[in-house]
Amino acid sequence: MSALSLKGITKAFGSMPVLKGIDMEIENGEFTVLVGPSGCGKSTLLNIIAGLEPATGGTVEIGGRIVNDVAPKDRNIAMVFQTYALYPSMTVRQNITFGLECRNVPKREREAAVTRVAALLQIESLLDRKPSQLSGGQRQRVAMGRALVRDPLLFLFDEPLSNLDAKLRVEMRMEIKQLHQRIRSTNVYVTHDQIEAMTMATRIAVMHQGEVQQFADPDTVYNRPANLFVARFMGAPPMNTLPARIETAAGGVRAVVGRGETAVALPLPAAFAAQAGREVVLGLRPECIAEEDRRFGHGGERVTLELPVEMTEPTGAETIVLARLGGERALARVSPDVRLRSGDRGRFVLDMRRACLFDPGTGALIA
Amino acid sequence: MPAWGRLLAHGIVWALGIAFLVPFAVVVLNSLRTAQEIAQSAMIGWPESWAFSNYAEAWSEFCVAQSCTGLRPFMWNSAAVTIPATVISTLLGAIAGYAISLWRFRGDTWIFGLVTLGIFLPQQVRLIPWTFVLRDIGLINTLTGLVVIHTIQGMSFTTLFCRNYYVSIPQDLMKAARIDGAGFFRTFFRIVLPLSPPILIVTVIWQFTHIWNEFLYGVTFTTGSQQPVTAALIGLNAAIADVPQYGVQSAAVVLAALPTLLVYLFGGKYFLRGLTAGAVK
Repeated sequence: MSALSLKGITKAFGSMPVLKGIDMEIENGEFTVLVGPSGCGKSTLLNIIAGLEPATGGTVEIGGRIVNDVAPKDRNIAMVFQTYALYPSMTVRQNITFGLECRNVPKREREAAVTRVAALLQIESLLDRKPSQLSGGQRQRVAMGRALVRDPLLFLFDEPLSNLDAKLRVEMRMEIKQLHQRIRSTNVYVTHDQIEAMTMATRIAVMHQGEVQQFADPDTVYNRPANLFVARFMGAPPMNTLPARIETAAGGVRAVVGRGETAVALPLPAAFAAQAGREVVLGLRPECIAEEDRRFGHGGERVTLELPVEMTEPTGAETIVLARLGGERALARVSPDVRLRSGDRGRFVLDMRRACLFDPGTGALIA
Repeated sequence: MPAWGRLLAHGIVWALGIAFLVPFAVVVLNSLRTAQEIAQSAMIGWPESWAFSNYAEAWSEFCVAQSCTGLRPFMWNSAAVTIPATVISTLLGAIAGYAISLWRFRGDTWIFGLVTLGIFLPQQVRLIPWTFVLRDIGLINTLTGLVVIHTIQGMSFTTLFCRNYYVSIPQDLMKAARIDGAGFFRTFFRIVLPLSPPILIVTVIWQFTHIWNEFLYGVTFTTGSQQPVTAALIGLNAAIADVPQYGVQSAAVVLAALPTLLVYLFGGKYFLRGLTAGAVK
């Protein structure tokens, strides 16, 4: 039995479709992240799961029970909001226990629950403060405490970290992940930040224009994106997507990028031979293009190339290089020791085993 | 702002302030002068001897329409109308504003439009309908009748004020309450009402001043001992039309105006603060 099962969920505001048939099965203990650009429908979907908005069509099942007509409070869920939504006039303790109070849980049990949650989140010293007396990170913890105290079947997070500054965001990200590993809760987490999705999720649902583009574990989403949208949305900097032709030659299969003098032929693994003769979009992660002496984590043929450098962006840990590959712009991630300048010609090594091929018409992954 | 501009602005403010205060000052000064003194000198003047007795007379001895009880019972009448009408209309307005702003439902903007339409209907237009209503429910010439009128009419304002204040309460707070399992009234009393003092002070001051100062309904729907103080003041003037008693009359006016003055003096600061609260989200 799945913790959450969505079948054919649609939502339209007037004549404008926002969700176009979402199907999803989420198992107990999974950390599912819904990620996508703003307006993709991810928050609407979360609200539909919570029961805060009705779906236009389809069914929502929580813990094996169809809950389409069940009020939010009776769905056995808890939610953490982007704005924290702490009740301003209540103390932290009252905020955390308000849900229990509404369910007529006896005072002694409420106190025990608050003690347990406060210890779990290390907010014991804050219990008698008002939300206005708390920092952003503390408010975030209290909001989590309010969700945890009821021990629900499903935790819903609506961009809970986007109001925090960068440093705190990284800390809280780790805390949420650790907490999940400790209590094995079933989480559905909405974010527009693909790094949050990659770091926390056990499975990622990438959404775009009201549809789930791909629903898979982070590794698959990153390395085998289902289509060009996912390829370009996940990863910073994004995947290089270069128009190419697949050819077979004496030496094996090759992807040819560009035409005429600047054309570059890149050898592909033999498995790609079936695509020979096709026009494709070649997808290659920036980290698959590196300085010449880099060793990738597998044997196989080394493809080295000399490419003109247009620009470099040192980030400290690595340097992003904008190069020309067969006349197309391509990003490479090189070691910060490599001192390249605009206008140089640099020597790079390519990891073609991780190449993806997409259909230029539909954008779907073909190999 | 250049110096002359500021000077001009201050000049205008001072002129307005003086224009509003002079009549009040004249009344206060006359309330402390004897009738004799006013008759012998001018309407405007400094008291030669402080005639505090005017106040005692106005409060409990003066005769209005054959009953020599002073203003005292009429002040109580006004309080008995103003306090319940203020409290009930504020509370109902808060609940209505909360429902309209935070529990969106089909037709809510229409209801809001209808309720606030009441603000723009002149009092005179409503006079005859109210006569029928009060007659049919048997509340003509009762203080309860006035409470009903002022409560219902006040709701146009209180609903408007509260609704405009509550729209700035984030929707996430309402969502959190729904998930926590709080219903309409629990959400109101536990979450929304504790956030409301700034706007409640505004509506209370507004309602109190308007209901206390209201004259038309008081004089139309009540007579004799049931009149509020604003209506009784006219009776007092009529009773002494032949022998002017300006000192006592002035004292009566000051007494009748005192409650709203006190409310403004103590609450004015919050009034201004509350009016601008919610303007900046």
